[in-house]
Amino acid sequence: MGLRINTVMQTCFFAISGVLPREEAIAKIKKSIEKTYGKKGKEVVEKNFAAVDHTLAHLYQVTIPAVADSKTTMPPIISDKAPDFVKKVTAVMLANKGDLLPVSAFPIDGTWPMATTRWEKRNLASEIPAWDASICIQCNKCAMVCPHAAIRAAVYPADSLAHAPITFKATDYKAPDFKGSKYTIQVAPEDCTGCKLCVAVCPAKDKSNPRHKAIDMVPQEPLRNQERENFEFFLSLPEPDRSKIRIDVKGSQFMLPLFEFSGACSGCGETPYIKLLTQLFGDRAMISNATGCSSIYGGNLPTTPYCTNRDGRGPAWGNSLFEDNAEFGLGFRLSINSHQTIAAELLKKIAPQVGDDLATAILLAPQDDEAGIASQRERIKALRLKLRVNPSVDARVLESMADYLVRKSVWIVGGDGWAYDIGYGGLDHVLASGHDVNVLVLDTEVYSNTGGQASKSTPMGAAAKFAAAGKTSPKKDLGLMAMAYGNVYVAKIAFGAKDVQTVKALTEAESYRGPSLIIAYSHCIAHGYDLSFGVEQQKLAVDSGYWPLYRYDPRRVEAGESALQIDSVAPKTPLGDFTKNETRFRMVERQDPMRFKQLMAANKEHAARRLALYTEMAKPPLAKAPTNGHVAAKEN
Amino acid sequence: MDLRTKYLGLHLESPLMPGASPMVDDLDTVRRLEDSGASAIVMHSLFEEQLTGEKFATIYHMELYADSYSEALSYFPHANEFALGPDQYLEQIRRIKAAVDVPVIGSLNGVTPGGFIDYAKQIQQAGADAIELNLYSVAADGDEDATSTERTMIDVVKSVTSSVEIPVAVKISPFFTALASFAGRLETAGAEGLVMFNRFYQPDIDIEALEVKPTIHLSDPSELLLRLRWTSILSKRVGMDLAVTGGVHSHEDVIKSIMAGASVTQLVSALLRHGPEHLVRVRNDLIEWMDQNGYSTLEQMRGSMGLSRCPDPQAFERANYMRTLHSWTPRK
Repeated sequence: MGLRINTVMQTCFFAISGVLPREEAIAKIKKSIEKTYGKKGKEVVEKNFAAVDHTLAHLYQVTIPAVADSKTTMPPIISDKAPDFVKKVTAVMLANKGDLLPVSAFPIDGTWPMATTRWEKRNLASEIPAWDASICIQCNKCAMVCPHAAIRAAVYPADSLAHAPITFKATDYKAPDFKGSKYTIQVAPEDCTGCKLCVAVCPAKDKSNPRHKAIDMVPQEPLRNQERENFEFFLSLPEPDRSKIRIDVKGSQFMLPLFEFSGACSGCGETPYIKLLTQLFGDRAMISNATGCSSIYGGNLPTTPYCTNRDGRGPAWGNSLFEDNAEFGLGFRLSINSHQTIAAELLKKIAPQVGDDLATAILLAPQDDEAGIASQRERIKALRLKLRVNPSVDARVLESMADYLVRKSVWIVGGDGWAYDIGYGGLDHVLASGHDVNVLVLDTEVYSNTGGQASKSTPMGAAAKFAAAGKTSPKKDLGLMAMAYGNVYVAKIAFGAKDVQTVKALTEAESYRGPSLIIAYSHCIAHGYDLSFGVEQQKLAVDSGYWPLYRYDPRRVEAGESALQIDSVAPKTPLGDFTKNETRFRMVERQDPMRFKQLMAANKEHAARRLALYTEMAKPPLAKAPTNGHVAAKEN
Repeated sequence: MDLRTKYLGLHLESPLMPGASPMVDDLDTVRRLEDSGASAIVMHSLFEEQLTGEKFATIYHMELYADSYSEALSYFPHANEFALGPDQYLEQIRRIKAAVDVPVIGSLNGVTPGGFIDYAKQIQQAGADAIELNLYSVAADGDEDATSTERTMIDVVKSVTSSVEIPVAVKISPFFTALASFAGRLETAGAEGLVMFNRFYQPDIDIEALEVKPTIHLSDPSELLLRLRWTSILSKRVGMDLAVTGGVHSHEDVIKSIMAGASVTQLVSALLRHGPEHLVRVRNDLIEWMDQNGYSTLEQMRGSMGLSRCPDPQAFERANYMRTLHSWTPRK
């Protein structure tokens, strides 16, 4: 029965409530079990019967004493250290007493304070990962795959450990980039959901006992207090200089996640991408989010997982309707452009007053990497000092929008239901606009949030609602459609199969000064398997040729290369190795094996044809192609 | 040339048949096997453990998140439409029976006595002409001794043979301390045939990843020798029909098996490697060899090299290589 308690609780209810005579009620429960599971075999029925019988055998009356004399107290809804708003508003809502709040308690303009999931401390996991520094190879893959930012890596100077709690673990950092530093992997014990993805991805095994890895799951309760203290200390460690961090899987995980502890499912396949996005660009990101899972866990009142860094910078996030999210995001871009134009004009106008050199430096700043961004922020800081003492109206207006002169990163995020189906018209329009926006499609291949309805992204042969017998048409090739424009950066990624390519694609997409589309494989509860195998399934999806990895970068054409490069190898495992583990495919096979076989053969053939086309497209062009020309003017 | 043979009471045109394998999943392959001269079709095993496991896993994953979130009550279409029992396997027996004229032998690997009986009955109802009971289990439990392991197996055979009317063969592994005695007890329990031997899936070790790798490797003819020895020893000693499987690749392997005392031979690896049509080659080579060597029926050679008739029976019983001194034992 696993985590399901409904049969047990239903039995308890009818056994003691007296709604029906006990015997009659139990007989009816069993009859209903037989009706539900009869077709699934007598073992299943018997197991459910056994659950009912065991429940009755273990149903005891609890005597409630006249006086409560327990020394155990309920922990507070949120910590005393929480900000005022969280204590006065969020906590009340978390206590399910939101109805008692007056309207005046709510923010007037609908904007809510960020970084509020961190006060929830849900304590969901009965087991959490524990780190063994002696085996760890410091690859940071555990932090990379964590859907909840609950396991983190840090590299920091040794003297930061002066006031470390006794049980805080640290070891020498092994790589040359931060030589002489210390290294720690730390778990947020009360925020971890126990999904085990970090353990599954950990490549470091004890040579004498390979069952023991650098990360093992251990009971949470005995470690809770100790690790809570350790995590708090961990958060106080200094962050490395972002401009000195190498942008790869390992480096990205030394960057602070600005998306943490969301309410996504344990083991979610979407959130690792969003977390990575915030680590790389979160301090200057503006995210427009389509309705769907990502809007629910992204802004699930009363808390939001989006947060800010020590400088107070973090993603600005907004949720739009299902059908217009791409346009909503394009609006962000156009609005930024307008602000930048006005700011630049004003800066030019008052350049003599703030200093021509400073103004020119700001206006011509390259801002192509972390160092460039950091320098520009310093310049803006200097500009603000000058503006503060300038009494002109222009200075006041420029003060209000000077930050727009630092490059912004616009992200349009949503699921396949949005991108492939309902929001496709808008998405196409935005991609065709040529503007500098980045689209991240969290592709679970069904409408996950509403309960697994088929989308145009659902693979052929998989069962989904509205395609109960298995979808008969192939998955829409959204990437190929976007490539047809020629000036859209397109990537297909799967972090569990090739995390290096995932980081590369996000970085390239962001650096491309035109529209970018990233289609990200996201394992999901609607696929029907234990999500701790999410990484393995992603590997199988790629290795079987089902989910080819590629990057289509229009800039490569200018260098005389093909825009498309395929990042996955030719299929090396049978498609069946991927599909057999997932209930969405197994259901179809069980309904009609012959039909399933035909659908799988068609799926395989479709994949082969698609790969042949990509391979042809990835061949070097015969002559240097002319540039696409219609890339929009450089937008910051 | 008369290649006819009798196995489990079935009159077969030749001793050549495919062994239990996934080849039967595809009706076209089954037809090609028949066209190539397969004298019977042996189904792959219906694994009770896998069936039950899949059943629970599918339901578990479909229901795991149902009624858990406020946004959706379930994440899969209603499952009333599909069955999770052995229907698929039984349906395939029916399809094969309808598609071919040769006998079809169902195969079953159970874990519970109840499961064995139920599924055996269902295989019979689906139209199988015989059942091959696959008694494969790894006796890894240190608390269970050989006597009780064997007793369980004998009980399973008894319960199956007494609950179905079609003949039952038992497929065993070579790992028995006293195989000759165990074979006798299988016969008493009602088995009409003995299939030697099961080739196991043997896990390998990945020395870099420190992982156990499931591997399936095809047999080679060297594996035949173990089968020849035991077929020879048991031939005439038991009344059951003997089938050799594992390492039968060519007509010579077939001849050796029949000479040792087998009624039939089952080929899998050779057919997977060369296709069902390989049976035609083996059959033609067999006929040619028999013709050249003056045989007109298969019966002439059956058991000629069995323990009771071969010139040097001790060779089959010796465990170690010994230099044979001609003067030491009188010539037979």
